[in-house]
Amino acid sequence: MKDFEYANPTSVKAAVDLLSDSWGNTEVLAGGTDLITSMKQGLTEPTRLVSLKNIKKLQGISKKKGTLQIGAATTLSALAANGDVQQHFPALVTAIEGIGSAQMINVGTAGGDLFQRPRCWYFRQGYGLLGVYEGKSLIPEGDNRYHAIFGNAGPAYYVNPSSLAPALIALGASVSVVGDGGEREIKVADLHTTPSNTGQREFSIEPNEIAVAITIPMNGLKNATYEIRQRRGLDWPLVTASVAFKAGSIVSGTNVVLGHVAPVPWRSSAASAALNGKFVNAAAAAAAGEAATRGAAPLSKNGYKVQQVKVAVKRAILAANA
Amino acid sequence: MSGKTHVQTTINGEHTDFLCEPRQSLLEVLRDVVGLTGTKEGCNDGNCGACTVILDGRIVTACLVLGVEAEGAEITTIEGIASGGILHPIQQAFLENAALQCGVCTPGFILASKALLDENPNPTEHEIRFWLANNLCRCTGYDKIVRAVLDAAATMQEV
Ligand SMILES: Cc1cc2nc3c(=O)[nH]c(=O)nc-3n(C[C@H](O)[C@H](O)[C@H](O)COP(=O)(O)OP(=O)(O)OC[C@H]3O[C@@H](n4cnc5c(N)ncnc54)[C@H](O)[C@@H]3O)c2cc1C
Ligand code: FES
Ligand code: FES
Repeated sequence: MKDFEYANPTSVKAAVDLLSDSWGNTEVLAGGTDLITSMKQGLTEPTRLVSLKNIKKLQGISKKKGTLQIGAATTLSALAANGDVQQHFPALVTAIEGIGSAQMINVGTAGGDLFQRPRCWYFRQGYGLLGVYEGKSLIPEGDNRYHAIFGNAGPAYYVNPSSLAPALIALGASVSVVGDGGEREIKVADLHTTPSNTGQREFSIEPNEIAVAITIPMNGLKNATYEIRQRRGLDWPLVTASVAFKAGSIVSGTNVVLGHVAPVPWRSSAASAALNGKFVNAAAAAAAGEAATRGAAPLSKNGYKVQQVKVAVKRAILAANA
Repeated sequence: MSGKTHVQTTINGEHTDFLCEPRQSLLEVLRDVVGLTGTKEGCNDGNCGACTVILDGRIVTACLVLGVEAEGAEITTIEGIASGGILHPIQQAFLENAALQCGVCTPGFILASKALLDENPNPTEHEIRFWLANNLCRCTGYDKIVRAVLDAAATMQEV
């Protein structure tokens, strides 16, 4: 790992002032479970690391005006153990439990989970986010078994790795970010972007902005996440579905969000529309699962994910309704 | 470039100061600076759990923590598990069940198991297997490890 300066500010303002306005010059350190590996691999070589550990304001979970506010540096284990989260947001609890490692969730934070970098093996081996070698992406004809089946017309083929993002999007959550221009609110649904060239990162925040809190409306939506994994061990899922909807005699306000199928968490409006106005039963859930696959364009080695999308959406809907 | 930082911690109950560069992981510091080589390096990227230590009461992979982040922390490594000449019941159970071969994974498994039994003194086999998901063993096939943890749990409840 290249040498760097370690900064340990105690306020958000001081942390923002220590950040550079171009990506990679400086990096924000939360739990470090992703960033430290990226630095060892040389994927980023910052000259300064700005730790969030000693900023008290970024820790903790509280109720505020009909919402749950989660400090961005709250650990994933604290989040999963919180009574309100357990009672109201099972979609989130399942997503955290799926990570499956006490060591990771004790240290990894909610903010870090949202901003972790993709696991695409071309990216991790140094070919950049777009997997380019000699001017051409290696992915379409390469080993793309874990890559995108939606939003993959190019140049990005990797999948968004965050387990929390699909659940938070389904629940209508937003993130407050602070930069040198002050604080702004971004929907989690708008947090991830698809880069069009190798110089860009995959987020809508600026390099010198810090996420400070996640806000989830507490509006009684039924919700659940269903993950399909190769094994119940330490690895990222193959496909996940998070769903939330207003329960009544018939369903309304459905949000179906897929994970690990596209460069961004993938909102399926077709699946949402298929469930709205229905009674929840196995047939309606299966129809929504079928609808969720509309427009899927698998690469050479990941066609299996299409069937997994059907199953994950169906089971997530039935779990939310249980 | 940025020189060494003076870090104060408590390791295995003893006040321990060390000097380290920001880029040194807690794993490197424990092994190469403090001289506690019981904590092992496997993957160096969070996957194998060989470097598991207890940091402020929670298990972490020391390869993904920076030494400088340990300022003020209490750390327990495998060297701090036995009391005097007496092995911890988990260590004893690993020996009796032949739950190790090369032994590289063992310190991590013992610390992760200790954290489990401190929280849940009577876990099921299922709970043990899931809890130990971040600890890999290339030699034993895991079964003996799981038996050892079950045995240790039983012994610890007797005393
Ligand atoms: C073997 C293994 C398996 C895993 N499996 C899963 C899984 O199934 N699902 C899953 O979701 N995750 C998984 N993880 C990843 C883990 O959950 C993430 O690494 C963790 O959530 C990141 O949090 P952190 O606080 O450690 O982030 P860090 O490593 O500190 O940071 C990650 C990135 O986010 C940025 N960042 C962090 N906080 C902020 C903030 N407040 N504002 C702006 N930027 C910020 C950092 O600059 C960095 O680029 C796994 C990790 C490992 C090692
Ligand atoms: S060496 Fe730290 S997890 Fe493998
Ligand atoms: S005993 Fe060799 S890796 Fe576990």
